[in-house]
Formats: sequence, C-alpha cells, structure tokens
Amino acid sequence: MGSSRKPGRLTRREFVTVGAIGSVAATIGCSPGKHGTWEFLTEDQARTLTAICDQIVPADDFPSASQAGVLNYIDRQLARHYKRHQDAYREGLERAHALSMKRFGQELSALSPQQQLEVATAIEQQDRVFFDLVRSHTLQGYYGSPRHGGNRDAVSWRMLGLTEPPTLGRSQYDLKKGPGL
Amino acid sequence: MKRVNAVVVGAGAAGGVVAKELAVAGLSVVLLERGKWYTANDCRKDDLRNQRTTVLGNAFGPDDEGNPRVLVDAKGVASTVLPSEGGYQNDAACVGGGTLSWGAQAWRFLPQDFKMRSTYGAPAGSSLEDWPISYDDLEPFYEKAEYEIGISGDYSGTPFHGPRRRPLPMPPLPANREFDILEPAARRLGLHPFHIPMARNSVPYNGRGPCMRCRWCVGFACEVDAKNGSQNTVIPVALNTGNCELRTECMVKEILTDERGRARGVSYFDEHGRLQEQLSDLVVVSGCATESARLLLNSKSRLFPDGLGNRTDQVGRHLQGHHYTGAQGYFDFETYDDVGPGASIAISDYNHGTQGLCGGGMLANEFIRLPIHMVDRLPPGTPRWGLGHKRGMREWHRRTITIMGPTQQIPTAEGRVSVDPTVRDKWGLPVVRISGNVHPHTFEIGEAQAKRAEAWLKEAGAIQTSPMASRPQMVSAGQHQAGTCRMGNDPKGSVVNRYCQIHDVDNVFVIDSSVHVTNGGFNPALTIMAVAYYASDALVRNWKGTGFRS
Repeated sequence: MGSSRKPGRLTRREFVTVGAIGSVAATIGCSPGKHGTWEFLTEDQARTLTAICDQIVPADDFPSASQAGVLNYIDRQLARHYKRHQDAYREGLERAHALSMKRFGQELSALSPQQQLEVATAIEQQDRVFFDLVRSHTLQGYYGSPRHGGNRDAVSWRMLGLTEPPTLGRSQYDLKKGPGL
Repeated sequence: MKRVNAVVVGAGAAGGVVAKELAVAGLSVVLLERGKWYTANDCRKDDLRNQRTTVLGNAFGPDDEGNPRVLVDAKGVASTVLPSEGGYQNDAACVGGGTLSWGAQAWRFLPQDFKMRSTYGAPAGSSLEDWPISYDDLEPFYEKAEYEIGISGDYSGTPFHGPRRRPLPMPPLPANREFDILEPAARRLGLHPFHIPMARNSVPYNGRGPCMRCRWCVGFACEVDAKNGSQNTVIPVALNTGNCELRTECMVKEILTDERGRARGVSYFDEHGRLQEQLSDLVVVSGCATESARLLLNSKSRLFPDGLGNRTDQVGRHLQGHHYTGAQGYFDFETYDDVGPGASIAISDYNHGTQGLCGGGMLANEFIRLPIHMVDRLPPGTPRWGLGHKRGMREWHRRTITIMGPTQQIPTAEGRVSVDPTVRDKWGLPVVRISGNVHPHTFEIGEAQAKRAEAWLKEAGAIQTSPMASRPQMVSAGQHQAGTCRMGNDPKGSVVNRYCQIHDVDNVFVIDSSVHVTNGGFNPALTIMAVAYYASDALVRNWKGTGFRS
C-alpha cells in the first residue's frame, strides 16, 4: 500500500504483532496513521470510541472491533451517510468520557478492560439510544463488507467459516458448451 | 416531442410487460422511468448498501437526498422519513423496478386469493373484498409470464395450487442442505413441501446462463444475470421492436387532461431537470402502489380537483403489503452450506382453510444469511454485545434456519397513501404521505403462522426456536406494496375497472400492484406481471387507431 496507506490500516505484520500483544496494543492499532487523520472524530473522541467498540466486539482468537477497522468505518460514515448522527456521537462520547472520569478518575481508554466493561455496561443502561447506535454501527463495521473500511481482510467472514471472495463457478453447466446459448 | 400512442410511467414489473405488449402489437410507446438502468455489472455485493439492507442507502434508488416521504404512525404522529428507512415503504427506483434486485420468488396466487370476501366475509373494520376477475381469467397470463420471464421450480409436491395447463419452463435448482433438512420434517407433519418457483435460470434460458449459486441474491443485482426481471426480459424485447423508447431518470409530474376530461399525455422532468411534455393517445400508470397513487393525486385539474380517478375518494386507500412472520430454529448440526439463493423449500398448506382465520400465507426457508443479518438473530438469551455475542455469531451462524412467509393482509380503507400538504421532493412535487395501521386480525394470522414455523423447525431437529411475530404500529407496504387503485366493477368502491382502466377517464390505465384488491399470501410480482399481460391483452384488443372500439 506504501504511501497511500489509509488511516488506521494495519499491515499484516503489524496486525500479527497487535494480536500477540493483545488489548493494550489495540488502541495503537486504531489511531490514525502518520499520513492522515480521522475525517470526523477528534483524537480524544477516537480513543473513547475505540474503548466502547472494543467492548462490543472484544479481541479473542479473532481481532477486536478496532483491530478490524471498525473505527475507520464509523469515522468514514459519520463524514458521509451518517452525517445525521454527528451530534449524537459528539454528545454521547462526551457523556461517556464524563462517566469514566466520574467513576474512575481517568479517561475510558486508560482504564483496565474490566473497568471499561463496567463503564460500557453503565452507558448501555443510562444512555441506551447512544449505546444502541454505537452497537449497530460497530456490528456493521465488523460484520459488513470490507469496502466501507471495516471488516479488514474480511476477517469476520473468515471467522464464521465463509469463503471470501464467495465461491464462483459452481454452475453445473459448462456455459461455453451449453445448449441454448 | 413527437406524439405517441402510449406513455407508460414506470419500467418495473408491470410497466416493462405493458411496454413490451403494446410495442409488439404495433403501438408507439414511450416508457418513462425515474431511476437508472443498471445491469449485472452494477452488482456490488455490498451487504450494507443494497435494496434489502439499506443502512448505507438504497443501491437501486431512490437516493436519500431529495426524496422524502411523510409517515403517520398508528398514534397519528407524522414524521419525515428517508428512502433507506423502513417506514418509507420503498420499492426500488430503476429499470426493472423491484425485479432487478429481488429474491425472485415467482408465485401464482391461489383461486381463493381472488375471492377473499366471499370465502371468509369481511372482518369488522376491514375493506376485504373480492377481485372482479378470477384465477381462471389470469391463468393463461400467469403461464405467459412464467415462460416469457423464465421461472424455475416444481409444483408437483403440493396439491395447493390452482389449475395449470403447463409445468414451469425450467426445473428447480438442485436441493440445498436446508431443503434436505426441512423436506422430510414437513412430510412427517403431513405437510406438502415443494420447490419454490423462482424467476431464476436453473438451466440456460432466454439466452442467459444459469444461477452460479453465490450468496448474494436478494437485494442485489445478479452478477451472472441469471435472475430474471423485466429489465433483462420484456424491456429489451420492447426496445427491439423499434416501437418503444425508454427514457430513464425522468420523473413524471402529472397526467395532462384536455377540456373534455381525457388524458392528452404527461409532463415530466427529464434527466437534466427540464420540464417536458410527452403527448399521447393513452397513459398507463405503472409506478407501484405508492407512486402510482401519488401521480394520480398530483394530477389535479378543473375537472379533477382531487386528482385523476379520485372522484369517489378511493385513490390511495386499501394500501397493503405483507405482514412477515415466522421463526428461527437453532440446530446442533450445520445447516449452512453457503449455496445460494438459499430459499429453496415452501409449503402452502396454511394459506387457507384454518378455522377462525381469514386466510394465512405461504411459509418458506429464508434466503441465505449474510453475517450482518445474523447479528440480531442469535438465540434469545445471547448477550447483545461483548464476547458472548461474538461467540454466539461463531456458534450459530452456520447452525440456524429461518422459516418465514408473507401473511396475507386484511386491508382497511384507512391504510392509505395521500399527498403531503407541505413536504416536497427535489422536483417540487408533493410527496407520498402514508398513514393507517395493519388490521388486527392480520396480526392474529401472523402469530399462528409463527407457531407453525416453529413446529416445522422443531420437527426438523431444532434444539431451540424463537418466533418472529411483532405487531408494528404502522401500515405495512414495502416492496410488496399493493392496493391503492383498487380494481372493481363499482366506481364507488374502486378506481379502475376489470381491465385496469380508470372509471373516470377511458384513456388512462393503472396497471401495477395498485389494482390488487387483496395481495395473496405470496410474493406478488408474478401476479403483477400476469395482470399486466392480461390488461395489455384487453387494451390491445380494444385499441382502434387513436381511440377504443366501443
């Protein structure tokens, strides 16, 4: 990809490294590359959103939401089709940040995974509309088409045992010889 | 612009058929379509932007920009909705209409579906009525549609279908794994499973090859053009006659009438937004139930102050679609084989004949699951997010079967399309305003259908099932929208006569799902096409130069 590398996109080597180091490295993985910045999110918002997204789809044998590019997906859509949700994100992430500061005295991205889970659960209970919005967008970015910036290398589809690209040429007919053509 | 015999508004399932039939009969035709002409090359396999999952917009129109509607929910609260939102009740805006990106189930209605009122009586609060035509009237035209569009399938497994003279032109695709799991289970329950009729080539047909069985079917254009719609069958035939001109990205503003109250053509905005007039001897409105009603209502004049064909306030009423219900089944073995289209097996044992229920619907297995569809279909009790959700996706994606079907709706006069008094689209035209609710008896039928789907899944070995039968508090129309310009013999209770001719104006026809009195317990596209062949046949037989034989 060279210099045209997109923000937040990992090389295969970086991806393996991140996977090995685990959740601590996850936040590094989703920060913008040195050649670009987020289209909509600020750095602070991106860190908070990363923490929430990675609770919705945490890492295990397969990447977390942010490792699979979900932040790219959400950021790109907030500048495009989801412009109408910009205020919801701005305000919701501010409330999430405030909640984390109030409960643990630190920003969400600095908390332990257990503390992050606690805050995410609290957001779900106290701020359901915002949480459900982020949940929908996170699952879209993780399980949807890689063309929109998430589901890097179709990792979630491979996780589910789906071939990618889908198998072609399963037709029982040889079209070159087929009758009627 | 040169005057022509016929302007057809809308190049979808019906408009394509009408254009072809008229052009072949020698009439000069202009076919106007508000959308674009897509082909197999426009298959994007984009699971977030297609005609079924529209979180990032509709792939085949309308765009979210400049095409709003107003939805009034069951509580009377009005809100503006975008084409990619469910309440919009969208149908695709492109050449082929819904038949470019449909799943392609191509059903005939049953004989009883045309006689709902005389079979069941009208439930209180409903406008349930018989069609003025019967299954037998349509049978030859169903057959014509099946052969000209190209349908595969096999009805031999079920006694629940109307009389037919010829089998389908193509055999079904080979059974997939879900078929093999569900077929013996249905038989053990005493049901009659069979291969879904599909407008999809199972063998080379009409000069195009067969389905390659990928997973990207419903919602998408077919990559190998093995799925049949009006855009790759009748419309090319119409154009090849030399008698039909297709103009895309043309939005019709209104039907123009003369001082005697006859139509003289249409005015429309062309692809550059310029207002044009196309004069014609007759006008055929085929814009789908919501948009056809809107065009009539927006065609106001001194003689028709409330819109064309609307003298008795019938245009826009009886809006209906289908109430989809069913169940998920979860299995302890793999059910998923990644072989499209996925939907393969159906029963129509439950369409009619249940004591206490006014009808029912077909039940079939669902099209192939894309992961994005699975995220909210995990077994009840699975966490909505977190590691538990992720594990659930891994555990169940390949071990689930969905059975669902279109419950036939009980129509009401209050479920309706009108035009909004204030909201305008990008052309400045008053937009569709949708109001009303689903008749409560429809919900009761739907809930019975969900129980039947669960029983079938359990018999097939599901270790857990979960019903899908909500009671949405808004009218249901969507891609199966129908009923806004009801066909009938009595002008007081209908908009068009049995030949789809507007009661008020003898040279304006509405030929599309708008004329459906009721909408069957099946996907309606083949019926839309059969009615289009039937109405075109009558139109051509009565056509005499620039007028009609009396």
